[in-house]
Amino acid sequence: MLRVAVVRFPGSNCDFDTLHSAQRAGTQAYFVWHRDTDLQGADFVLLPGGFSYGDYLRSGAIARFSPIMNAVQRHAEDGGPVLGICNGFQILCEAGMLPGALMRNARLTFASRPVSIRVEQTDTAFTNQYEEGAILRMPVASGDGRFVADPETLRRLEAERRIVVRYVRPDGSAANGENPNGSLHDIAGICNGGGNVVGLMPHPDRASDPALGPALGAGFFTSMLTWDHVAKGAR
Amino acid sequence: MSYRVHVRVVPRAGLLDPQGQAVEHALSALGFQEAGSVRIGKAIELEVRARSREEAEQAARRMCEKLLANPVTEDYSLEVES
Repeated sequence: MLRVAVVRFPGSNCDFDTLHSAQRAGTQAYFVWHRDTDLQGADFVLLPGGFSYGDYLRSGAIARFSPIMNAVQRHAEDGGPVLGICNGFQILCEAGMLPGALMRNARLTFASRPVSIRVEQTDTAFTNQYEEGAILRMPVASGDGRFVADPETLRRLEAERRIVVRYVRPDGSAANGENPNGSLHDIAGICNGGGNVVGLMPHPDRASDPALGPALGAGFFTSMLTWDHVAKGAR
Repeated sequence: MSYRVHVRVVPRAGLLDPQGQAVEHALSALGFQEAGSVRIGKAIELEVRARSREEAEQAARRMCEKLLANPVTEDYSLEVES
């Protein structure tokens, strides 16, 4: 059975949703604490949403220096898959494991509502169960969700097809900037060059159990079962 | 020796600063039409133990690069009290 570590930071609040989603997908998922230094033989690492360290200084800025993050970085450098959801995405950007940064939402509101996103890259550890172009609906819940990066980084993300999910209108047409938080290029989630590190602001963990509505986010977790990272490492 | 250091962190020019915009609108609504280009950042004050002022400034600069400012989105400046 796949071993999946869900990292808990002080202030994580989607840790149980994420654990449940991973277990529901058929993995052996377990918690590790931010002060731990060992991932206990994890095949996959999930960084859940929440408000680690109260979002003090900047969202994710302090969590990225947690002892466990050394192990997470080594895991990713060896090609090990890491998914950051919401605050987890912010932590990955602060740690430099993904480019760019998440800034305060453009319209000064905490965006907490369902959004529509389009899957644009399926060759990743967490989206290989989706069809390219699939439109998913799941919640965002963030105050610092506006993805920004310098023009050269944006150009590379587009050229290398590393924008994994993009905000769209509910009918699937382009949002053209009318997205929940003002993200540049309507970016909802990106990956690293190898496709093993993925971060996104929307919450697949809150849309992965049919008991709670359409489980369109479940594919992020079932994709772990079908990711052959040895073969994909050469991408 | 201990040196008092003042660090200013502001969102990089050209990046949307919604807090600054909202405050600018509020100032305008209060009749302060003369206010513009409002940017909102952070002021961080700290004491740095060092053998000299230069050493304190170098240490503070390393703190900014590593943690206090995000090089992707923010610029910083710092001042060491004499």
